[in-house]
Amino acid sequence: MTDSAMDVRDLFVGNGDLQAVRGVSFSIPVGGRMGLVGESGSGKTLTALAMMGLLPVGWSTEGRILHDGVDLSCQSDSQLSRRRGRTISMVFQDPLTALDPVRRVGHQIISLIRRHSDAGKAEATEQAKALFRQMNLPRPAQMLRAYPHQLSGGQRQRIMIAIALACYPQLIIADEPTTALDTTVQKQVLRTLDVAVRERGTALLMITHNLPIIAAICDTVAVMYAGRIVEAGPVAEVFSKPRHPYTMGLLRSQPTMDNIALDGSSRLPSIRGTVPPLQDLAIGCAFQPRCEFATDKCRLETPKVIEGLSCWHPIVLDAEE
Amino acid sequence: MTGILELRGVSQAYRLGRRSPFVTASYLQVLSNVDFAVRTGQAVGLVGESGAGKTTMTRILTGLERPQTGQVLFDGKDLWEMNAVERLEFRRNLGVVMQNPRSSLDPRMPVGSSLLEPLRSLGIDCDHVARVNEVIEQVGMASSVLGRYPHEFSGGQLQRIAIARALMTRPIVLIADEPVSALDVSIQAQVLNLLMDLVTDLNLALMLVAHDLSVVAYATSRVSVLAAGEIVETGQPLELFSRPKSKATQDLVAAVLTMEAGLAGRGLD
Repeated sequence: MTDSAMDVRDLFVGNGDLQAVRGVSFSIPVGGRMGLVGESGSGKTLTALAMMGLLPVGWSTEGRILHDGVDLSCQSDSQLSRRRGRTISMVFQDPLTALDPVRRVGHQIISLIRRHSDAGKAEATEQAKALFRQMNLPRPAQMLRAYPHQLSGGQRQRIMIAIALACYPQLIIADEPTTALDTTVQKQVLRTLDVAVRERGTALLMITHNLPIIAAICDTVAVMYAGRIVEAGPVAEVFSKPRHPYTMGLLRSQPTMDNIALDGSSRLPSIRGTVPPLQDLAIGCAFQPRCEFATDKCRLETPKVIEGLSCWHPIVLDAEE
Repeated sequence: MTGILELRGVSQAYRLGRRSPFVTASYLQVLSNVDFAVRTGQAVGLVGESGAGKTTMTRILTGLERPQTGQVLFDGKDLWEMNAVERLEFRRNLGVVMQNPRSSLDPRMPVGSSLLEPLRSLGIDCDHVARVNEVIEQVGMASSVLGRYPHEFSGGQLQRIAIARALMTRPIVLIADEPVSALDVSIQAQVLNLLMDLVTDLNLALMLVAHDLSVVAYATSRVSVLAAGEIVETGQPLELFSRPKSKATQDLVAAVLTMEAGLAGRGLD
């Protein structure tokens, strides 16, 4: 498989008896952008960490993670370490904890470039400056000498993206990259990320629970619930004609300027209940206890994935809607 | 019309560190001449970028910080000229809900004890057990959860508990600083609906600080925009956001990512 930047097959991530990711499959084509949506605890971050080989101690994977012609799940730590930052890289939610606080940001990006290429110090510095310029960071030369605490949240996240892009990886995983940022900055950072991955043909996996971000930046989307993908497909299709009751619930509970009544009488439709703890997942469909359409079949049998959907009674929206 | 809790001409500045004792200290003006009011039975919103002064404003409203100039009025009385009895009365009448319920509840205390804390510390004389049971029901939870510890709950449940704790002393003003930004979308809707119900049922005055304009537009009937320490615009949320006059409001509105624009391929324009 050379035409996909990442091909995940039947991935399970667990810690002892606890299964947090239970049979996830998806594929991101070269240069493709996929969004992974789900509530906290749905397993989206663990899926990403499994791809990076950065799972916390005690967690193990089953299944295949095909990337760059190899199965990452069988690679040794040192093999993975040589790969991280070079063919696959990750942007974390909080740049302040992801950056080393006692090293200048210049050192952090230059050492990465030098580790993965045979560029000398001067050449790597030039590359770093060029990257910073591309990220719309002001005064790149000075910026290289700054420590993370001297920068604003938006600047730090731009630097994280620059570091992630430095070695022209095939895939960037961005885990809630703008959640910690101010809304006004969020859009600028997303735009920078969007332009940078588009220019380089880098594939992007965007993990977030913010649906408008997915709509703005991704081609395809996978909705995760309790460790499984319940619905997947092109963004336009999934968001305008959701078939899974959970996707539908997520879309409807998002307040937007359009679904608010002027007299303040509107009520947001919320999904009742909460995400079940992993220890006591229901038999059958995991969403069934919160689903208004649940039947006996849902309580007994786990729905199979058919055409990117895992539900026994998909919602059929009228063509007009 | 006057509000139950009000700021009148409030200004606040923080002194910045001096580099040498021979240089005059410089000040950072955080709030300048702010007028703001929260009214009974009404939810008001406060929006603004980080650094605009939202947190300072809530700290002054809750009496945690004394403004350099201007007045904080609770029920017509100046907060900083109150005697001990009036001050206690003010604290009883004020509930606060913070952004992150995990850090605002003591992890070593069963949530039932956390709920009792406001009654104990403010010396309120009533049937404590009955009050806890009543309030936990008000936020839509069963009294069986009271013996459990914070780590056993999800973020949304903890935020309900934090709201319950804020309601324990039967406050008439509730200040919620980003109460839903740490929550998942589906849970966010539940908590927002709960806050709105409480405003109606208990005739509360609610101040909602948020950065998400649609959250504010959904939950409040009046919103003020704070920019660089000044209130630049106040109005009915939908009207304000559809026809923003000031530059600050325009910037906030322009930064909103909408589903429609995203699906039309113009999400980041």
